[in-house]
Amino acid sequence: MIESRWDVVVVGAGPAGLAAACMAAEAGRRVVVLDENPQPGGQIWRGEDHHWIRRFSASGSTFRGACTVVDQPEPGVLHVVGRNISYHLRFKRLVIATGARERFMPFPGWTLPGVVGAGGLQALVKSGWPLAGKRVVVAGAGPLLLQAAAFFRSRGARLTCLAEQTPLRRGLSFALRSGKRLQAIALLGRLCDVPYRWSCWPVRASGQERVESVTLRQGDRMWTEPCDYLACSFGLVPNTELAQLVGCELVDGAVRVDEQQETTVSGVYCAGEPTGIGGVDLALIQGQIAGCSAAGSLQRASAFFEQRARWIEFRARLQAAFALRQELRQLPDPETVVCRCEDVPLKEIRPHSCWRSAKLQTRCGMGPCQGRICGPIVEFLFGWKVDSVRPPLTPVRLEQLVNRGSAATADRHDSHPG
Amino acid sequence: MIEIRVNGKTLKVPEGVSVAAAIALSGHDRFRRSVAGQPRGPLCGIGVCFECRVTVDGEPHVRSCQLLCWPGMEVCTDD
Ligand SMILES: Cc1cc2nc3c(=O)[nH]c(=O)nc-3n(C[C@H](O)[C@H](O)[C@H](O)COP(=O)(O)OP(=O)(O)OC[C@H]3O[C@@H](n4cnc5c(N)ncnc54)[C@H](O)[C@@H]3O)c2cc1C
Ligand code: FES
Repeated sequence: MIESRWDVVVVGAGPAGLAAACMAAEAGRRVVVLDENPQPGGQIWRGEDHHWIRRFSASGSTFRGACTVVDQPEPGVLHVVGRNISYHLRFKRLVIATGARERFMPFPGWTLPGVVGAGGLQALVKSGWPLAGKRVVVAGAGPLLLQAAAFFRSRGARLTCLAEQTPLRRGLSFALRSGKRLQAIALLGRLCDVPYRWSCWPVRASGQERVESVTLRQGDRMWTEPCDYLACSFGLVPNTELAQLVGCELVDGAVRVDEQQETTVSGVYCAGEPTGIGGVDLALIQGQIAGCSAAGSLQRASAFFEQRARWIEFRARLQAAFALRQELRQLPDPETVVCRCEDVPLKEIRPHSCWRSAKLQTRCGMGPCQGRICGPIVEFLFGWKVDSVRPPLTPVRLEQLVNRGSAATADRHDSHPG
Repeated sequence: MIEIRVNGKTLKVPEGVSVAAAIALSGHDRFRRSVAGQPRGPLCGIGVCFECRVTVDGEPHVRSCQLLCWPGMEVCTDD
């Protein structure tokens, strides 16, 4: 049976999804929001008492946490899987707001426990992971490093170094010209006693069963910093897999959208990071436009166009400022594992001419993450195009592949957050 | 507080804590061993990488970063 009572289905309860849901529900549409995580808020507000989450609770939208959209079994129908639930859901309008993931870089030792994404460690700490008193080195590229570092410190971590691969000149001119100047200065103020190193990156993590130290390079200088955690992230990668599965076209690795945030598939909208990494402000504005459009209120949508144009400019500056340097391509040595799911080292992948051939011959990208982590890595290392998407989008148990739920069982998972 | 068991040892955790966090609270760094036997722990923290997977109440390959603890839960690492 297919549950079909919703006007608008939103996938992703981050800023973009919440904003879209509010606009559509406030316009009188029946809206359900699905998120893989048990709590709404996305990567930035999860577990917080944010005013957008309160507005969402009051909007009349329904929230279903802890459930993942894994497939589109037929046009206009999604397959939703939770821990003890599996059902089909029909949409009239779909808003894809699936956010982004961190980009990782392979270097010797990067697979040791304790080497974690910077945003990833932040997410873990928000869910109760103990960090007080731990020595943390933060490394990689982009403004997320600064935010994560300030957050770790607020949770009692001892920040020993912040290594940003970007040259100081580029970072500074971005910070001074962006609409986030004051925020950047405030964050830097909170970190003024932490060694903040520009044009600096990790070359090796060392330890037996977990990370014990990291070797950093800045120019010709190399030194080793003892640490309990190495939190690294080299920018973000848009989660475009669901959009691709539904048939949406991409442009430069992001979902192509028009003025109304509609994708190349009619009735399917996309907002936030899947349309290009632009941060929370752009996600909120795009989400509001997508929600208005999905509800048919084109007039209301156009009120946000000017603001969106400004944040799209910000997005371009952000991406240019924190572009990855070519030296990072030399980080892995031949034995360094590139595909963590299948333990495939660089030396086995390098001889291949494309992603498909490497996949078939080495099992690179064939594990449970389905190439979400190693795909962007080989794109960066070898310039390969990595674009195959196959259902189910995440591995599910065999019995979950069958549509055995009903609207009644799905109802038990409904909640109005807050 | 909720009581759960991690590798047979009882542990009290506050409500709303993820299974990944509970495993860290119990003092484990290694969540699993890779196909070649290397130690692994969480990487992405948001359900993408599958490095945090463990066995929960007998069900293998559960992503511990995406699951909250419930009373009486039985968690085993190294699945
Ligand atoms: C780990 C991490 C931490 C970050 N921390 C910060 C921060 O502290 N500050 C900051 O300014 N920016 C942070 N960012 C950047 C962040 O991308 C933006 O700030 C903002 O959250 C983007 O909003 P969004 O709505 O586009 O996506 P998100 O907030 O990423 O929301 C997308 C949601 O979609 C859900 N989802 C994805 N696929 C599916 C599916 N198939 N089925 C069901 N649900 C699905 C995810 O669980 C997620 O909750 C972080 C990014 C990452 C990856
Ligand atoms: S840490 Fe990546 S899936 Fe849990």
